[in-house]
Amino acid sequence: MPVSIQQRRSAEPSLRIVCPNGHLGFAPIKPGSFAIGCAAEPDLICADSGSCDVGPGPLGADVSSSPRQWQVQDLEAMLLAARRLGVPMIIGSAGDTGSNSRVDLFVEIIRDLARKHRLAKFRLGHFYSEIAKDELRRRMAAGAAIEGLDERAALDLATLDATDRIVAVAGVHPYIKLLDAGADVIIGGRSSDCAIFAAPAIRRGFPPALAYFYGKILECASFCAEPYAAKESVLGEITMDDVKVTAMLPEQRCTIASVAGHAMYERANPFYEHFLGGHIDMRDCRYEQYDERTVRITGPRYVAAEELRVKLEGSGKIGERYVGIVGVRDPYTIAHIDEVIAWARRQAEEQLPAGGWELHFTVYGRNAILGELEPLKASPAHELGIVVQAIAPTRELAEEACMIGTRQMFYARLPAVKGTAGGIAFLLDEVMPASPAYRWTINHTLPLADPLELFPTFVTEAGV
Amino acid sequence: MASRPLSEIAKTIRSKNAGVDRITFDVIFADRTAYDHVRHSGVLSRAAVCQVFGIEDACITDYVEFDPALAIKFTIRRTSPSGSPGDADIFGSQHSGPLLGIMVPGEGPDDR
Repeated sequence: MPVSIQQRRSAEPSLRIVCPNGHLGFAPIKPGSFAIGCAAEPDLICADSGSCDVGPGPLGADVSSSPRQWQVQDLEAMLLAARRLGVPMIIGSAGDTGSNSRVDLFVEIIRDLARKHRLAKFRLGHFYSEIAKDELRRRMAAGAAIEGLDERAALDLATLDATDRIVAVAGVHPYIKLLDAGADVIIGGRSSDCAIFAAPAIRRGFPPALAYFYGKILECASFCAEPYAAKESVLGEITMDDVKVTAMLPEQRCTIASVAGHAMYERANPFYEHFLGGHIDMRDCRYEQYDERTVRITGPRYVAAEELRVKLEGSGKIGERYVGIVGVRDPYTIAHIDEVIAWARRQAEEQLPAGGWELHFTVYGRNAILGELEPLKASPAHELGIVVQAIAPTRELAEEACMIGTRQMFYARLPAVKGTAGGIAFLLDEVMPASPAYRWTINHTLPLADPLELFPTFVTEAGV
Repeated sequence: MASRPLSEIAKTIRSKNAGVDRITFDVIFADRTAYDHVRHSGVLSRAAVCQVFGIEDACITDYVEFDPALAIKFTIRRTSPSGSPGDADIFGSQHSGPLLGIMVPGEGPDDR
């Protein structure tokens, strides 16, 4: 068996990247395997910080989904290691959403950390990914077709008007531009996960097919290894002929099954990965067990896009939100829970002005999670928990609608009910303010003339 | 030969968002024999997925057998985008629940 890439770099020209976290800031980096990765002569340290998984709220409200202290901790670990080793550090999709304010936040954190640790001066690059609604409106007026992804209809002005914030998903281009400008640390706006890792590889002349695959396999860190353990580091190496990835946590291995299994993670189809400028075709990928903890991959193909289209993500506010929680134990009431909900809804309709508010009843113990897709929805449990969500233009109306929806279940009139002292159990006889409700309004693509046109780049200095 | 639930045969049964409008399901096996047995048994197919979730075939956007990972993978449309009000599985990570109890006829690796 060959010497592990952890111990020895390939004889061929290669580029080695350590990835310590698949969603930086969401849960902290595990320091043990990161230290092992940093000892394995990486040429860069890179991590993605973004995800749509957190729902439309953070992008719409322009906030992160985790505490600032967690982001600081991860950035501190990466920055200190990268400056000590003298290698570039790249973060993509800053602060979950990759909006401008999240990029600014991460840039500020890096500056603060550089001062705190009295790091020698270095070049700090960043780029933005937001596109203003007015700019998109202008492009639509000029005839740009904003095509829907995943069977969505083309973007119309009403949907654009209902949107609060839009980010475009960058490719490798702003990263390469910033590396060319000598950036030692890059904080990226929203971008494709794989671009963060593919950019330095493409810039060094490695084949795009391998470079994008390299990014795809590294971007979730230890999710490509087994047994399951999140937030552990992995080390990747790309050469002109192959990609290798190895687990840094001694208890973990990269296996053909774990790497191939990860290659299809979170995507509709295991064979294609799309990004600004093209896609890779992974149908003929070959996976080999290179050493006990390393997998070698060859055979992805790169297909350049005929037309340059950038993915847009947009979130729009629906309204303010309140939440109530109730329980049901009476078997007859459980069997007729839809009538109880209908009663409560009717009371709200009678008491409140028409339109502008909505009520959602999520029935735990029956089909809360899968909704209509739940095969067992006809056989509810012996007790139910019901979460009532009210959404309205004002907090006052949301609170009142939620209070009616919650409390009126208590008074529901069922013809044969035995208990006449109240139809539901209250966990709290109150309703609680929650974050405003948003929805993904935009999951579309926009034609571009230049892959950099939406992604302005900046280089400044940090350190002392 | 006794039937066994899919959860006793597959190594991994998971679901997750694939973008904001879809949920993708991965059923992954530890060895080729189990993978072949399940995919040839017919208990997982486009039609079986439609039956389990009560959906139309048009709601399935992808259904593939992915040999390198010993995996059966399919993707469905969400009824509403992830995180919309009322969506109680923002990551899509609990939609795989109904797959675990799917009964697979015998003559599997342990029945030989």
